[in-house]
Amino acid sequence: MTQTLVVIGNGMVGHRLVEILRDSSWRIVVFGEEARPAYDRVALSSYVDTWNAADLELTPLTGCELRLGEKAVSVDRERRVVTGASGIEVQYDALVLATGSVPFVPPVPGRDLPGCHVYRTIDDLDAIRATVQAADRPGRHSGMVLGGGLLGLEAANALRGMGVSPHVVELAPRLMPIQVDEGGAGLLKRLVEKLDLTVHTGTSASSIERDGSRLIAKLANGVELDLDVVVFSAGIRPRTDLDLGLELGPRGGYLVDAACRTADPRVFAIGECASVEGVAYGLVAPGYAMAEVVADQLSGGTKVFPGADLSTKLKLLGVDVASFGDAHATTEGALEVVVNNAVAGTYSKLVVSDDAKTLLGGVLVGDASAYPSLRPLVGKEVPAALLQPGGAVDVEMPADAQVCSCHAVTKQTITDAIQSGVACDVAELKACTKAGTGCGSCVPMLKKLLTDCGVEQSKALCEHFTYSRAELFEIIRATRITTFTALVEKHGTGRGCDICKPAVASILASLNNGHILSETQVSLQDTNDRFLANLQRNGTYSVVPRIPGGEITPEKLIVIGEVARDFGLYTKITGGQRIDLFGATVDQLPQIWRRLVDAGFESGHAYGKALRTVKSCVGTTWCRYGVQDSVGLAIELELRYRGLRSPHKLKSAVSGCARECAEARGKDFGVIATENGWNLYVGGNGGFTPRHADLLVSDVDTETLIKVIDRFLMFYIRTADRLQRTSAWLEGLDGGLDHLREVVVDDKLGICDELEAAMAAHVEDYADEWKGVLEDPEKLARFTSFVNAPGTPDPTISFRAERGQRVPVQLGIPEVVR
Amino acid sequence: MTVVCDFDLLRPETGVAALLPDGTQVAVFLTADGTLHALDNIDPFSGAAVLSRGIVGDRGGVPVVVSPVYKQAFELATGKCLDEPSVSVAVHPVRVRDGVVELP
Repeated sequence: MTQTLVVIGNGMVGHRLVEILRDSSWRIVVFGEEARPAYDRVALSSYVDTWNAADLELTPLTGCELRLGEKAVSVDRERRVVTGASGIEVQYDALVLATGSVPFVPPVPGRDLPGCHVYRTIDDLDAIRATVQAADRPGRHSGMVLGGGLLGLEAANALRGMGVSPHVVELAPRLMPIQVDEGGAGLLKRLVEKLDLTVHTGTSASSIERDGSRLIAKLANGVELDLDVVVFSAGIRPRTDLDLGLELGPRGGYLVDAACRTADPRVFAIGECASVEGVAYGLVAPGYAMAEVVADQLSGGTKVFPGADLSTKLKLLGVDVASFGDAHATTEGALEVVVNNAVAGTYSKLVVSDDAKTLLGGVLVGDASAYPSLRPLVGKEVPAALLQPGGAVDVEMPADAQVCSCHAVTKQTITDAIQSGVACDVAELKACTKAGTGCGSCVPMLKKLLTDCGVEQSKALCEHFTYSRAELFEIIRATRITTFTALVEKHGTGRGCDICKPAVASILASLNNGHILSETQVSLQDTNDRFLANLQRNGTYSVVPRIPGGEITPEKLIVIGEVARDFGLYTKITGGQRIDLFGATVDQLPQIWRRLVDAGFESGHAYGKALRTVKSCVGTTWCRYGVQDSVGLAIELELRYRGLRSPHKLKSAVSGCARECAEARGKDFGVIATENGWNLYVGGNGGFTPRHADLLVSDVDTETLIKVIDRFLMFYIRTADRLQRTSAWLEGLDGGLDHLREVVVDDKLGICDELEAAMAAHVEDYADEWKGVLEDPEKLARFTSFVNAPGTPDPTISFRAERGQRVPVQLGIPEVVR
Repeated sequence: MTVVCDFDLLRPETGVAALLPDGTQVAVFLTADGTLHALDNIDPFSGAAVLSRGIVGDRGGVPVVVSPVYKQAFELATGKCLDEPSVSVAVHPVRVRDGVVELP
């Protein structure tokens, strides 16, 4: 008989448990107090970038009964029944408590006044925003965050995102007292104070009072703060208000054994509400580990909680902070090796055993790039080089060292996967070991292990060039070579192939070398580019005229209909808001273009590794909910980037509000309107490996938006591999999204002017490729099926009717042994 | 004998298609060193008459044309498919006489 598992709590840990057990034989019922689906609470502060809760949502749960907005109000362990707020009763065979935690609010007088908030949920952030918006104060708003730990700094960051200048008040003498030591915290304070934060350490709030529309906070050190909003973010406490009559741990939390089981064998507790053998954990990674333990137990296994690695690496307010192992050197006799570079703004401390042989822990602030190689060495022999000033961190790691702490994957597991040939790159390692799929901080280490295992991540484009596409781009740009022959003779071997020729053709086109069917370029083009149309399976082509933004007049729509009718073309609406006309022979292509060009159409580049479409929703012009003119922007973008040749096709979309009807986050670059401007997302993809685009900049005006897109596209075009979509490029980019932002927003490499100039040149030089053929008799002459019988159609092409349209007759394919 | 076109019309490393009186389609290629090759135009993997529209280059120094449909390479001199050795396309004799390309 099917057994029923009831999970109380739909936070990240409860969600993970259900995900693991999705395909098990358990019937799963989830009680979630919040009415919204489970979301990424770790990324809560990013909610202020978009105010779109959907951006934080975790993968939707399937295969369970999800009761959202249904708080579990009581549990009868005798009858094994959970009762929900609506009165519903569910009987369980096993019960998992995943109720999480509640914010700790210190007993400050005035803490319940309007304008005082906690920082825990999306609803909390909405409430904080409402307070800020209601405050009428000229100039910047002012806020106070009580708590200078990890959560407090996150909350301060969220306030900054709302245009509030935060005061951070921390009782301990330094910021992040749990993770960071005095030296590191000193630097951290200096770095965050540059970001409009005011830090008050070693003090606390003694009272909060309302004064008209303001809040006045008095600090114990005598300072008075004039505020619009107060946020309590002084830590969390396990949430155990659901009383099951079970024992609690010494610091709260349902007391469980190493199998996460309470004294009642049918009842488990996981995540922040659990006290595993007396210890409560406030991080998500140990919670995930507990979820895995319980899932294993429920499947008949014997896994126990291995204890948690409380190491953390995070970016707070743009500052790298990492802490691992015995960061505070509490081990007897521990020695510290500190490098504090006030000029560079970096601090590093390694803690080693008294004989300087074993690495015990460390703290990194300002630059945490060494974290992935240092953390796995905790408890292992410390390489002598590390203890030298500026010591190299490129050190050998023991086989049992944990590389990915989110999923507890050891170096051995990873090297086994590489050496057995199961995984040859980072993506495959992620798929088969799960390493790198949590916080992602170990990805650089995965790359290094691949290299160490001798997996040659060859950059060679093909047998004719030892260079990568990005290197070839730089060669062609610097040498101003304009022909393939010159390039392959000087920098390659042989006569090229179907890999390097189109790649070089694309680079030449990106560098504005005129019509792609010019004498020297025509032989490089793949058949789609060579005929400026898309080859279909029977040797015919399809034709897609550009319809910018998907906006089209009835007159132009009629022209397309007439052309399709007159040439007998199969007609289909595409996913990119345009119309595809199928079944044209090479002879017909120029005739079709002539009709379309005369009516004001141009090539839609559906055949090219180039910008395809910029989809749009209808926006403010018509839509009751739109907040910006999405159609207008989509047309502007499509006309700006039309014809731009790139390593792979480029798709875009513009949505007029957060409802996202244009599906912009599935695009290479997608724009979503906000009340204040535009949010730009990059690196999205549909297709084989779907990926949601990442937010690059938010609330920017149109001019800034276009500037950033110009830079982003040109940076991608210059540095991506052949046929690498922006999503894979971004995933593989060292430093990821942060690095991209440093390059195209902060101009760290000082190349933005150049990137913008390159795009300006593209916009200047754009010309319709179809028209270019129609105006040139020599190019036109290539559009015949038979050079010795122009006008004779290919006799192998024939059609039949299906649903009132012409479709190809399947070609008699000769027997081919595959 | 079928006349294809003036030799001057051919561009190095591109192909053209010619129609024989019996309906056979032939793809004629000019390589970079000036050599002419002629193969059946029908790609045996897709059945489409498109080999003349493939990219001409070399694989390990062997001149090839790559089918534009599923990208198999065919040796220009022998018609042998380098990706599926059991498959090949017919080779046709081709010559230039008085500046005209002919299929005898």
